[in-house]
Amino acid sequence: MQVTSQAFKANAHKALGDDNLKTALFKLQHHFTNNRTRAVEALPEFERLRDRARDIKNEVLGALDFYLERFEQKVAEQGGTVHWCRTPRQARETILSLCRSVEAKTCTKGKSMIAEEIALNPFLEENGVQPIETDLGEYIIQLADEPPSHIIGPAVHKTLPQVADLFLEHHKRYGKTERQTEPEALVGEAREILRQKYLDADVGITGANFLVAETGSTIIVTNEGNGDLTQMLPKMHIVVASIEKIVPTLEDLSTILRVLARSATGQEFSVYTTLSTGARQSADLDGPGAFHVVLLDNGRSEMIGTELQELLRCIRCGACMNSCPVYHAVGGHAYGWVYPGPIGAALDPKFIGLEAGQHLPNASPLCGKCESVCPMRIPLPKIFRYWRDKAFEEKITPLPQRAGIGVWAWFARRPELYRLASRLGIGVLGRLGRKAGKFRSLPLASGWTEGRDLPAPEGRTFHDLWQERRGRRGPPKSGDPFRKLFS
Amino acid sequence: MSGRDEILGRIRAGLGRGALEGARRAALEAKLANPPRNLVPARAAALDHADQVELFIEMAGKVDTQVTRVKDLAEVPGAIADYLAQKNLPTEIRRAPHPLLDQVPWQAWPTLSIQTGRAEGADAVGVGAPLAGVAETGTLAYASGPESPATVNFLPETHIAVLRAKDVVAAYEDVFARVREKSAGGPFPRTVNFITGPSRTADIELTLILGAHGPKRLHIVLVDDGEG
Ligand code: SF4
Repeated sequence: MQVTSQAFKANAHKALGDDNLKTALFKLQHHFTNNRTRAVEALPEFERLRDRARDIKNEVLGALDFYLERFEQKVAEQGGTVHWCRTPRQARETILSLCRSVEAKTCTKGKSMIAEEIALNPFLEENGVQPIETDLGEYIIQLADEPPSHIIGPAVHKTLPQVADLFLEHHKRYGKTERQTEPEALVGEAREILRQKYLDADVGITGANFLVAETGSTIIVTNEGNGDLTQMLPKMHIVVASIEKIVPTLEDLSTILRVLARSATGQEFSVYTTLSTGARQSADLDGPGAFHVVLLDNGRSEMIGTELQELLRCIRCGACMNSCPVYHAVGGHAYGWVYPGPIGAALDPKFIGLEAGQHLPNASPLCGKCESVCPMRIPLPKIFRYWRDKAFEEKITPLPQRAGIGVWAWFARRPELYRLASRLGIGVLGRLGRKAGKFRSLPLASGWTEGRDLPAPEGRTFHDLWQERRGRRGPPKSGDPFRKLFS
Repeated sequence: MSGRDEILGRIRAGLGRGALEGARRAALEAKLANPPRNLVPARAAALDHADQVELFIEMAGKVDTQVTRVKDLAEVPGAIADYLAQKNLPTEIRRAPHPLLDQVPWQAWPTLSIQTGRAEGADAVGVGAPLAGVAETGTLAYASGPESPATVNFLPETHIAVLRAKDVVAAYEDVFARVREKSAGGPFPRTVNFITGPSRTADIELTLILGAHGPKRLHIVLVDDGEG
């Protein structure tokens, strides 16, 4: 997809003024976080399972070469083929040539973030293979010609009337000329139309939540069952997955599955967890005749052994965005690339370059909410700081900001001057704003005052008050708020 | 250099070593050959079997699955006919050619019309025989094979599972133990399906709707068969 992360600030600004989006994000925040809390409370072992899940993935990353080779060997034993692709382009071309090998005209698709990452749909379309998204959310945004705004709820930003309009516009050609307005009727209409697509498709493409080295299995987790119909009906099943999706054994899979659904939607377990291993076997009555796994690297192998390695534990559950105050305010599209929210802010600069993605790691108050809910215990704020440092070092941080930090650093090394300067500044602001107690607008601070007032300072600096208290009372006692701050 | 070698080479460079060899490799091989269990939640694992069955029924109920308990296989067709009548559903059934379902006396209920084999687009009701039921989340587990085509569990609008109470297990790990046993020496089944309730979506304004693409309803006929 087209990268628009450079324009994060403008994107975010636009999003803040979008009332439909505001309503949708408000709902999302409560829906997912409440459900997650409930599911976590119902499982006393949850925190220990998170620890184990983290350790499993760390083990995998420490021997990823070994596990990938084993996975490939097992897939081959089951009659499937693994295709190793360094770049999105190689992955796209591999998939296209597989589609051509069975003269595919249409292919159904389960939800796959990797397919988004490699921009598969436009490429297939240009080359005469019609991709049909089958996850309802993906189907909606495919009709709207928009990218997903959430990794597990791609169309969370769309309202019911918007979906009703889209369906009316696009389903006319199937004889559906009445505008449905109830969610149930809309789901029913999509079900009916997509049913025929599953039956007609030549190829089914799915992603994979996991790849199991022990058995050569690829795993998808869904609630709709679309991924299953996608892969069991056509002649060929193609799985597109990135290399870090490996887990060693079925036992390890079980452990991570227990934290996935609870973190993602707050369900005890998703409706469908499906292991697909190889092609249909000789005596089977159904299933695809051919099975291919397109393995994508796209720079992940370079992350091994670096500060970014921990990001490869991510299982794309979406909990970090569900908990993120910035995501709640601006939604997924503002981030401007495939992965939104905190995981996107940590990951996207690696894929799209720090220059284009520089604003994303800054779009965080470093509140740590994301890390606290991440089932894989990924230290996302640490990664944001890594990118911020790097942007500063590489002089990507914009000049006014660099200059500001430079000025602050100069003063910070000269405490007497710092105190004097801040006393002057606070004194002036305090006198100017004494009457109203706040500022409606301030030169150079419109970014703040546009959306809210700036309280006028009392006229004294923190340092002064601190000194005065110490002088008055001697060393701070317990119960003194200043003591709490510093002890 | 092939993509494969390049990717493996970069991973090894990142890890600061060559291909994995010696004791480290042997340890990983041993783990794959004989996978150890991780922490399994006590919720189901700590119960005796009768309570696991109760938990299974409770958890299935929480995800919109109706469970009917019957004494033996002879009661299965009646339970299915009642369910279909109560929901006003068609009585044409597609069932899996599974040995357990072969033992069911279908002919005793002439109102049900039974076809055996994989499901097609027009089938309205599918009846399958899962490998196990998982108590911890009220989940059904199917392993595909000639006696258990996956289409039966996904294409029809109504899915009915005939499960023996003694096939209720505590945890997902117990299912995998059964699958391994079943496929020992041969290939792993093409698909293993864990199914927890009927298909659903919340993709339109987070409103929960049942029956997105898979079955709209799920009914489990739990056969005690001398147990329980
Ligand atoms: S970073 Fe953690 S919380 Fe965010 S999607 Fe990945 S696993 Fe989930």
